[in-house]
Amino acid sequence: MASNIVDARGVTKDFGPVQAVKGVDLSIVPGELFGLIGHNGAGKSTLFKMMLGLIPASSGQIHLDGEAVGGPRFRDVRRRIGYLPENVVLYDNLTGLETLHFFADLKTVPRSSCTVLLDKVGLGHARTRRVREYSKGMRQRLGFAQALLGQPRLLFLDEPTTGLDPEAIRDFYRILRELRDDGVTMVLTSHILAEIQERVDRLAIMEDGRIRACGSVQALREAMNLPLTLEIAGGAGLREQVTRVLAGLEVERIDETGSLIHIRLPREAKMPALTRLATLGETLRDLQVHEPSLEDVFFGYRN
Amino acid sequence: MFSIDFRQIGIVAGKEFQDRIRNRWVLAVALVFTVFALVIAYFGSAQQGSVGFHSIDVTIASLVSLVIYLIPLIALILGFDAIVGERERGSLELLLTLPITRREVILGKYAGLAGALTFSTLAGFGAAGLILSPQIRLDALFHYAGFMLSALLLGLTFLSLALMLSVFAGDRTRASGLAIATWFFFVLVFDMIILGALVLTAGEYGGAIFPYLLLLNPADVFRVLNIFSLDEVRTLYGLATVFPEALSHPATLGGVMLAWIIGPLAVAIWRFER
Repeated sequence: MASNIVDARGVTKDFGPVQAVKGVDLSIVPGELFGLIGHNGAGKSTLFKMMLGLIPASSGQIHLDGEAVGGPRFRDVRRRIGYLPENVVLYDNLTGLETLHFFADLKTVPRSSCTVLLDKVGLGHARTRRVREYSKGMRQRLGFAQALLGQPRLLFLDEPTTGLDPEAIRDFYRILRELRDDGVTMVLTSHILAEIQERVDRLAIMEDGRIRACGSVQALREAMNLPLTLEIAGGAGLREQVTRVLAGLEVERIDETGSLIHIRLPREAKMPALTRLATLGETLRDLQVHEPSLEDVFFGYRN
Repeated sequence: MFSIDFRQIGIVAGKEFQDRIRNRWVLAVALVFTVFALVIAYFGSAQQGSVGFHSIDVTIASLVSLVIYLIPLIALILGFDAIVGERERGSLELLLTLPITRREVILGKYAGLAGALTFSTLAGFGAAGLILSPQIRLDALFHYAGFMLSALLLGLTFLSLALMLSVFAGDRTRASGLAIATWFFFVLVFDMIILGALVLTAGEYGGAIFPYLLLLNPADVFRVLNIFSLDEVRTLYGLATVFPEALSHPATLGGVMLAWIIGPLAVAIWRFER
């Protein structure tokens, strides 16, 4: 437990007769970028809130940075935590800089760091504008700056790219990479699975209050044993030649879209198929292997 | 778990106070108090056929009647959405993830709002007192200061009630409804019920506990506190005949007001921490 920055054991949460979280065990090591995915109502927000100490667990224990959530020394842990809620709501009547000053004071962080953070999230030009004049994306950036106050060791980011434009999303993940290089642990949720699949070290899939699977994206793909897709391009009559060389192999489906042939086949058939396709020589102009997406993995576990 | 960081309370209080200064709430309320106090001082005797300042006792008696309606309403409006408003908008969740306890949030909000109420009450009635000061004696000014202090205590009791309602209410609409109901109950209905009960029983039952029942209403405590300090109006109200001497001491009544501040605030903290 001591080496885990987040450690949840047998955590449940009951709301009357409804059990929103059902015996969750979760360990996150320092420096990890961890994703938590699940459909609405899967229990991830409730788990997030319990980890942040916003609501108590009905049973089980959660430790952050070695301290029990809600325990006597949890206040100190909170100084080392940053949190960006999904729909960040700040104080409309304050300016961006005043907002950060308020949160910096509460976190006992020098106010001098606020200007630096506003520049970092691209709000330096709007520091003296009232938050009520900010767009949704600007509020999200300000919320992110707030989460970064005090150089947190642990960041909780709930749907962090909501409302951000593509450029801001790129900047956001650049900052996340820098933070990871500095050893910051991050736990994030996102509905945009394609966005996080290449970025998280590990992820957990939540379903009906339980963690259905946990591991790296690749490990989850392999564990699910989902079929992968070979995409090939070539000359005339390619489909017939492909069908011929792959005869006898376990192939699920061969589709043709324009000049491209898509071959869907089990993971264990990949190497034999590639070996046989290589015999086509110059008929084959291009070949790409597509692993199942995180979305495929997610729906695979759900089903 | 039970430690209190007064620095955190001060930060939240500072923000609440600054918000009320910035949106000119303090200035508006202070102006209302000044104008009402001056109007009552100069035109309070118009019904008797004369205008102009007559006596501080009569002015205070008139102001008591006004303040008993106005200050509870202002305090309830000030505090009813302190917690439920932030919860509904969503900013409370973020605040509670910071190194601040729920107890400190409540105390900080109360302190900040109380500061705004104190500033506007003292500035408003103080300005009126300054304008009237050339026309009144020093001992009368002392009475006026006592009135200001008791008006402030009245405001703080209803602010405490407002914060309690704000913690219990599920949304702002319910909180505003509860605030209005609370005002109606303490300012209008409570006395009617007690008087009605006395009349119905022809004073046979409850006569002895009547003064104690008045302590259950901070608005009545405020009234008694002021009326008993003014010789000129004590007999006018006839309260001297029914209110025991021991209960009428300003320190006792002040203590009751403090209990009315601490009690609802303690309940609010208890509920908010659950």
